[in-house]
Amino acid sequence: MATTVHEPPKIEPRRQPDNGNGGWRNLAPADGDGRVVQDYSPPPASTGIWVVVYAITMTFAALTSALIVRKGSSLDWQSFTLPSILYLNTALIVCSSVTLEIARRRVATLMGGVAIPGESPARWLYITLVFGLLFVTGQYVAWTRLRAEGLYLATNPSSSFFYLLTAAHVLHVLGGLIGLLYVIGKLRKSQLRRSTLDAASRYWHFVDILWVYLLLLLWMKL
Amino acid sequence: MHDVSAHAAQHHTPPQGFIRKHVFSLDHKVIGKQYYALALVAVFVGMVLSWIMRLHLGWTNLAIPGLHLLSKTGAPGDLMTPEYYLQLMTMHGTIMVFFVLTTAPFAAFGNFFLPIQVGAEDMPFPRFNMMSFWVTFVAFLVLISSFFVGDGPTLGGWTQYAPLNAVGAVGGPGEGLGVVLWAASIAIFCVGQLLGSLNFITTTLDLRVKGMSLMRLPLTAWAWFITSCMGLTAFAVLMPACILVILDHVAGTSFFVPSNLVINDQLQPHSGGSTLLWQHLFWFFGHPEVYIAIVPGMGIVSHVLITNMRRPLLSHRVMIGCMAAIAILSYMVYGHHMFVSGMNPFSSLAFSFPTLIITIPATIIVLLWIGSLYGSRLRINTASLFALGFISMFVAGGVSGFFLAQPSIDIMLHATYFVVGHFHMVMAVAAIFGIFAATYFWFPKMTGRMMNETLGKVHFWLSFVGTYCIFMPFHYLGIAANVRRYQAFVDEYLQPLIPVHRFITVAAIVTGVAQFIFLYNLIHSRFWGKPAPDNPWEATSLEWSTPTPPPFDNFGGKQPVVYHDPYQYGVQSSTGDYVMQASPEQVATEHEEK
Repeated sequence: MATTVHEPPKIEPRRQPDNGNGGWRNLAPADGDGRVVQDYSPPPASTGIWVVVYAITMTFAALTSALIVRKGSSLDWQSFTLPSILYLNTALIVCSSVTLEIARRRVATLMGGVAIPGESPARWLYITLVFGLLFVTGQYVAWTRLRAEGLYLATNPSSSFFYLLTAAHVLHVLGGLIGLLYVIGKLRKSQLRRSTLDAASRYWHFVDILWVYLLLLLWMKL
Repeated sequence: MHDVSAHAAQHHTPPQGFIRKHVFSLDHKVIGKQYYALALVAVFVGMVLSWIMRLHLGWTNLAIPGLHLLSKTGAPGDLMTPEYYLQLMTMHGTIMVFFVLTTAPFAAFGNFFLPIQVGAEDMPFPRFNMMSFWVTFVAFLVLISSFFVGDGPTLGGWTQYAPLNAVGAVGGPGEGLGVVLWAASIAIFCVGQLLGSLNFITTTLDLRVKGMSLMRLPLTAWAWFITSCMGLTAFAVLMPACILVILDHVAGTSFFVPSNLVINDQLQPHSGGSTLLWQHLFWFFGHPEVYIAIVPGMGIVSHVLITNMRRPLLSHRVMIGCMAAIAILSYMVYGHHMFVSGMNPFSSLAFSFPTLIITIPATIIVLLWIGSLYGSRLRINTASLFALGFISMFVAGGVSGFFLAQPSIDIMLHATYFVVGHFHMVMAVAAIFGIFAATYFWFPKMTGRMMNETLGKVHFWLSFVGTYCIFMPFHYLGIAANVRRYQAFVDEYLQPLIPVHRFITVAAIVTGVAQFIFLYNLIHSRFWGKPAPDNPWEATSLEWSTPTPPPFDNFGGKQPVVYHDPYQYGVQSSTGDYVMQASPEQVATEHEEK
């Protein structure tokens, strides 16, 4: 039985001193003036993803403070029990982080030139994708269950914040799914950069942690 | 310079065809020019709106020819209704703050010059960069479209205070669809600025050329970097706040509308919302926005003055530290806009203290400029004149800030023209003078042509004297208890103040007309100006090491290596009294900070 051997993805080379792009650790010119020249700067995707994570954190911090202020400003807040499917969804997105980390390490191994026979490097990425889609579907189911209980967006400030926070999070998860599809596409073409994979992974882990935070917030405040 | 041998992260090939070259361009320089053009259109729209308002304030019953074309209901028979005055005021403030003061000094010049000043070929994410401009352009169109829908734009002011911003059409003309379009426009604008900030931060941190350590960055690059960090924090908060406003309108939620609110004898179908919540969310953005507008100007003024003084500032590091301190403190002072909001008086004290603290780095910056100017042989040109004008406006407007930082005084002055004079001088005019300084300074590099200096100086003096004539009397009006946001002054105690308003109106029209000198100079010089050499100001930073105008990849297939601190003036080198950052020539530097 023939085995398809994938070409190892290209490894993003470290930048050499003569190639410029000194980055924030490059402290001195090539000729030097007594200070150290270092040859590596992080690829922009690595820095960029932290910038994105920071901006999203600020957005959810704003919504969190809005929730706390709004709850304390009036007596019209009505608590309700969170749909139980949210806990299953939490398990799904946590699992997706685990599978993505497995995928990241296997792809990294492959990038190092070590191929694992019979192992498709994209397999764990596909599994992560499925977990992500199941999470989004699960969140939709949670919304339908609330609607069945008569809790709509404008029913009460508590339900308003539930829909708002979960929908905002799902939008970010969908962004992560698009990122995963991009990574899979690049991997299939053997054009994947390590920094792209790492950035996509960090983003996905972030939306995972963000969801756990949101669940705790909703559980405590709703 | 070194040949480019590595595939740099920001590399992309030269575009082919008109659309990719000039419309949906990935080139940071084209995007910078697009932002500048957008700001230019926006500032003239905003200025015309201010003229209309000023004419109405000076001569309330004056029919303004053609005004009915803008709104039949807002200006029947060319006579402005009170509501339409407020609608124009809202649009003036929104357009100026977002689409002029934010886009021009930060997005326009930052896009064009930040990658060149760090020695990069482009921004690291050019597609996001292109999106950032077009998203901002769509935001502008959405805002302007509110002139032509329903009963016109919102009348709630650029701050859009709750609950008026959330009750819907019952709140008055423009409070239905007008507010939704306003909030949608600002939310879209936030997306554009977040994309821009992402590129600015990664460009500064990751794409600096060899030898360009952080302390070797020019002060403009530092200013844009600090501003992008502020923008990242501020716009990420304003965007969800705008979405909450939209939801209160279209989905019937109650984030901002309190219970039992009756408007026009109608009980509002909302309950329990917090009006203060909007103010907190808005001003958490709103006060840093003041610095988002002014910090790039601080960098530009420093850059221009240093070049023309032929000496660096007294301290490069202190200047950077002060700009960073202002950025951090700006998030701790926002409550000083809310002294009269009804929040706990102890909160006012808590916000008053950092407000006074933030004056310390601002004062140090001014002292650095003045101390560095002292004894220098400043080259007087239009750019340096506007830089001096910036300092003048910043100080004159900033001094009144000391008064407004005290809650007990602010309570008296908050709703008066004193505040209008304060923020117009310290934020608006100062920032616009920074834009002018940058334009006259960098125009040769951007276009390959010199601007006319004589016209530039005429433009400066008319603008400088004109803006003082407009905004200094505002302080007097405020002390005389002239309430702001009134569309007419019918109370007896305000009658003696009307001649002052008429003087301001005349000054505003004359100063505005003077801006057409600038516009003529800009357009004429673009096509028929004297060809510019590569380094007309004998400056040192990397943008002057490139051909004029810079090629597509900025450095013509080479990458510079930086050997010197950014402002090595007053030295003896083969080129004169300066040595460029990319020159390997060793000189005895007079101004090296350890």
